[in-house]
Amino acid sequence: MICQHCNQSKATVHITDTLPEKREQHLCEVCAQKAGVIIKQTHHTTNEILQQFIKHKTGLGGGDDLACPKCGLTFKEFQIKGQLGCPHDYVAFAALLTPLIQRAHEGGTHHVGKVPPTADATVKKHTGLLRLRRELQEAIEQENFERAARVRDQIRTMEN
Amino acid sequence: MSIDDLTKSTGAWLRGDGPMSDVVVSSRIRLARNLAEHPFLSTADAGERMEIYRCISLAITSTAAGADDILVDLETANAIDRRLLVERHLISRQHAAGEGSRGVAISPAETRAAMINEEDHLRLQGLRSGLQLEELWKEINEIDDALSKSLPFAFDRQLGYLTACPTNVGTGIRVSVMLHLPALRLTKEIERVARAAKDLRLAVRGTYGEGTEAVGDLYQVSNQTTLGKSEEGIIGAFSESIIPNIVGYERTARETLARHHESQLDDRIWRAYGVLSNARRISSGETQTLLSPIRMGIQMDRFKEFDLATLHEIFLYTQPAHLQKMHGRPLDEEQRAVARADYIRKRLA
Repeated sequence: MICQHCNQSKATVHITDTLPEKREQHLCEVCAQKAGVIIKQTHHTTNEILQQFIKHKTGLGGGDDLACPKCGLTFKEFQIKGQLGCPHDYVAFAALLTPLIQRAHEGGTHHVGKVPPTADATVKKHTGLLRLRRELQEAIEQENFERAARVRDQIRTMEN
Repeated sequence: MSIDDLTKSTGAWLRGDGPMSDVVVSSRIRLARNLAEHPFLSTADAGERMEIYRCISLAITSTAAGADDILVDLETANAIDRRLLVERHLISRQHAAGEGSRGVAISPAETRAAMINEEDHLRLQGLRSGLQLEELWKEINEIDDALSKSLPFAFDRQLGYLTACPTNVGTGIRVSVMLHLPALRLTKEIERVARAAKDLRLAVRGTYGEGTEAVGDLYQVSNQTTLGKSEEGIIGAFSESIIPNIVGYERTARETLARHHESQLDDRIWRAYGVLSNARRISSGETQTLLSPIRMGIQMDRFKEFDLATLHEIFLYTQPAHLQKMHGRPLDEEQRAVARADYIRKRLA
């Protein structure tokens, strides 16, 4: 069946009105959208979902006009774009970003992974200790006490 | 080497070998990195973008591993070449459609591609056929180490690697495995698997990543959490439990089909072969949909008319940019449909 409106494309939307009188319409998707009968379904990417979340979150907490002293990006602009302006934004917007980061990362607040080989020894030690403490906690939760003892010894060695 | 040289083969991730390759098509790991002394791309001006591009491309080609890389300037590359790189999974669709100074450095074997000025300054990614995450991590980690020596990456003691979007902060790692799950879809169990994956905070996406459909029963499973877990922890979960579990479900579903629905299964495979080897015009989507049962048939030893290498060639070369590259000129949709059907018939004759 061909669309009644453009007489070109295949009609995929079929409408039956019963009021004020019974009437059938057969439209293609484009014409149906133009007529406002159907609304185009857009796919939401992670960024879009994140933007919605930021808006929702900060709508309650305010902070829209907070700006980064380094790049000049305001928190409101971040809400719209879903992208930060420079590495310093993580410091400038820390109070607003922390709950967001926590929620996006299953409660994670501290990096326990790779440290750049050029980072200084204290940073390497700090991250290493965090990772080991997390491993210790996991080992205890899994009742793997042999592993827990091993990790505990590693922590002691590193702390000294 | 140039882009034209790439089209002479199907690329390493489509070799069809590697562990669990009956279900796992390919493994991918990417790291997001940014230069500490430059703003992120959303606020960088044209001059800064050029400087970032220059610094990173130079650093990559100066490493031992990247010395022979093919550097493609995407700002000047034509639309067909950009699309071709998307079809080969070397750049994202966003990167192909982006603006301003940007590019990609590709290793000659296509096992590694570094996108420069995509969402982050650098997105270093490795690709392999089958489930090979540990090997992949070793290679990517070494190159990241080598690059760290000349490129000061934005890193924070608490938050780890700083990224343009806070959803990637921490390790900046995205582990992504492409799975072929035709039997789970046929037995209608795919939704259950997708729900279980979502409960584990994993993303299940279509063939070309975010916002794309699963054409030809190809699904990508990837991690979403990047902070609070180590790279080895994330990779270990994928290679030791998440992927082997899904592979197990798919294999069981295939056995069920073979045992209880043998004639329907073979009918599906052979009808697909019939259409592919006789069609006079065919779309890219239909081609990929029809290749799916045949791929399953090959992996289940039920179909021997052609092998997996031939299937992968058809899979890749029938996509729009590859077809146009092969013909050496732009083709409209109708011309492509005819050219595609011709190519498949000749390849299967």
